[in-house]
Amino acid sequence: MAPPEPYLGKTDHTPVHHHILSVLVENKAGVLARIAGLFARRGFNIYSLAVAPAESHARFSRVTIVVDAESAPLEQIVGQLDKLVNVVAITDLAPRDAVERELLLATIQTDVANRTPLLDTLGNAGAAIVDVDPGAVTVMLAGTPAACDALERALESFADVELHRTGRVALPRLGHEPGT
Amino acid sequence: MQLTGAQALIKSLEQQGVDTVFGLPGGAILPVYDPLLDSSIRHILVRHEQGAGHMAEGYALATGRPGVAIVTSGPGATNIVTPIANAHMDSTPLVVITGQVATASIGTDAFQECDITGITMGITKHNFLVQSAQELPRAVAAAFHLATTGRPGPVLIDVPKDVSQSMMDWWYPSTVDEYDLPGYRPEVDLDEDAIAGAVALIAASQRPVLYVGGGTLKSHASKELLAFAERTKMPVVTTLMARGAFPDSHDQHLGMPGMHGMYAAVTAIQRCDLLISLGARFDDRVTGRISAFAAGAKVIHVDIDRAEFNKVRQADVAIQSNVAAALVALDASSATPRSLDAWWEEIRSWQEKYPLTYDEPTDDELLRPQFVIESIARRAEPGTIVTSGVGQHQMWAAQHWKFEEPGTWINSGGAGTMGFGLPAAIGAKVGRPDRTVWCIDGDGCFQMTAQELVTARIEGIPIKVAILNNAYLGMVRQWQEMFYDERYSEVYLSAELPDYVKWAEAMGCVGMRATNLKEMADVIDEANKINDVPVVIDFRTDSSEKVFPMVAAGASNDDIMVHPSQRGA
Repeated sequence: MAPPEPYLGKTDHTPVHHHILSVLVENKAGVLARIAGLFARRGFNIYSLAVAPAESHARFSRVTIVVDAESAPLEQIVGQLDKLVNVVAITDLAPRDAVERELLLATIQTDVANRTPLLDTLGNAGAAIVDVDPGAVTVMLAGTPAACDALERALESFADVELHRTGRVALPRLGHEPGT
Repeated sequence: MQLTGAQALIKSLEQQGVDTVFGLPGGAILPVYDPLLDSSIRHILVRHEQGAGHMAEGYALATGRPGVAIVTSGPGATNIVTPIANAHMDSTPLVVITGQVATASIGTDAFQECDITGITMGITKHNFLVQSAQELPRAVAAAFHLATTGRPGPVLIDVPKDVSQSMMDWWYPSTVDEYDLPGYRPEVDLDEDAIAGAVALIAASQRPVLYVGGGTLKSHASKELLAFAERTKMPVVTTLMARGAFPDSHDQHLGMPGMHGMYAAVTAIQRCDLLISLGARFDDRVTGRISAFAAGAKVIHVDIDRAEFNKVRQADVAIQSNVAAALVALDASSATPRSLDAWWEEIRSWQEKYPLTYDEPTDDELLRPQFVIESIARRAEPGTIVTSGVGQHQMWAAQHWKFEEPGTWINSGGAGTMGFGLPAAIGAKVGRPDRTVWCIDGDGCFQMTAQELVTARIEGIPIKVAILNNAYLGMVRQWQEMFYDERYSEVYLSAELPDYVKWAEAMGCVGMRATNLKEMADVIDEANKINDVPVVIDFRTDSSEKVFPMVAAGASNDDIMVHPSQRGA
């Protein structure tokens, strides 16, 4: 019997039932490991994760976790996360209640003579050129996850692309009451 | 006042009211052992760090106060991982202090270095790697606060050697705010709507069951449980972790539910229309196949940990609270079910038809383990504390010993840690020297931690150990007999080796053996007369004895197997 293909996990993009957890944590060594370990231990899937210091406080960081609410009930994920002593507050943002943004950076290998199709693509997507040299262009898009998805797909038609996405950050949509 | 970190650590333990610690010194924790000489705290020197952890657990479960263990870095720390995992599964308050290599050496693969905070991240309620001596009092105060409030559990404090050696200005946190735990809020307000919802479910109920779990003991709610149960006349079951929370002699008590539960307890849950879970977590050993568990019941779930709600079973009403406060609130509402006469009639018929039973012991064969336990129990004074390891002997002890008060049954529930019983008995006896402590052990379990008999003898801790020696890893043997066509794979130990009597004597204890009923009665009486040294009794029991009732793994609780003598009736 041939060996099975290695399991790569789900390779499709944003899960249908994703939720955004905006998690305020103490800015202490190992906090990210505690969160990642909890998700691994309990079999919760993380789709993306972004971490940065929260506001001006050096004491807290904000972790924005996009979770697959199909891998486990959201209530279970929030309940377990809340038990981590370093987790200070959890805001649950359903996609309809949140403003989500993500940053995409991509370097496309292309010489100066053949850039017209690329420039059209960038223009349509609203992406900006942030670095150039004779053989390549680096572009940036800060936008909704859907806009980043669209640009990523559009760039698939170019031969040599190196692409990075940050994972999304989110805040409550104004006038919507976030869950906790 | 200037102190070393080590002095501050010991002084902090004194501030917490610690009277006993269990431990074993080594390189990285050496500085901490020096000021221990000048402290009023009693240190029990164990022979293996696993023993220290289980002793601390036994101490905690017998006294209700947190158990404390101190070990060194590296292998000292990894040896206590099993007790930490065990305490985590059973929500036992524990504070474990580990030595660590000096901060400058962390991450360099230094001698006896290991990342114990990383290793124990998933099996502690929280852990600390202390970065400076000045922070030590805060870490200790926070650790005790975390270990004992909310849902209790183990907390680990990792102390690098340079931290315990450096100087600090003595201080001690005086308020919870000074613990610096902005993300920890163990107190919750009772949700009045949830209480009202529970009252309505109770009022509509005709076949309720009180499903009492370990959280009832952890929140010291036995008195409230008794009052509520007697007022409402509801039947009570107590899980393996809750034995002793409700008197076994009480006629509303149906006994233990689950895989080896009483027929009436298991069946009452299956047939109930309202299941009131009090600090229980719907463990798979209780529920059997979850889709078939109490299928017609509404569920009121009381737990201090909200992550337990809807984890396994959807609750109709979830009350986040400690059990005592929830019962007081429910009692204040005078919530009462409808007449339970028909329900009780049904339950009584199950109790009559399928009582706990085993084959009559006779004189010409090996001892019946159940009868050994009942014989020890009959001769034990009220309030005797019983500990056990894990396996058949544990189930028989939970079934056949009658527990009347909290803190008298100490065992490893969630983790199922073989070897727990003997060190836990030592810890329990240290915490409750006024009580007789029996460890009901198996021969397999005994051999895992029995070196601690030396600790017990030298430290003057007179426990009593009953080895139900059937020469097998009995529970595995039972499964192989029942589910693997009697293909016995690697379960035979030996009845003769080790010689348990000589083992006991070599460790300064009294060793005895019983192979028949007459000897059994004599050695129990003899053991009860000895109150100065540990006693070990090798009871030669019948390996063909199996634990019944039994629900096979993954089966529905409806398919409970009663004792063979009760089948076809």
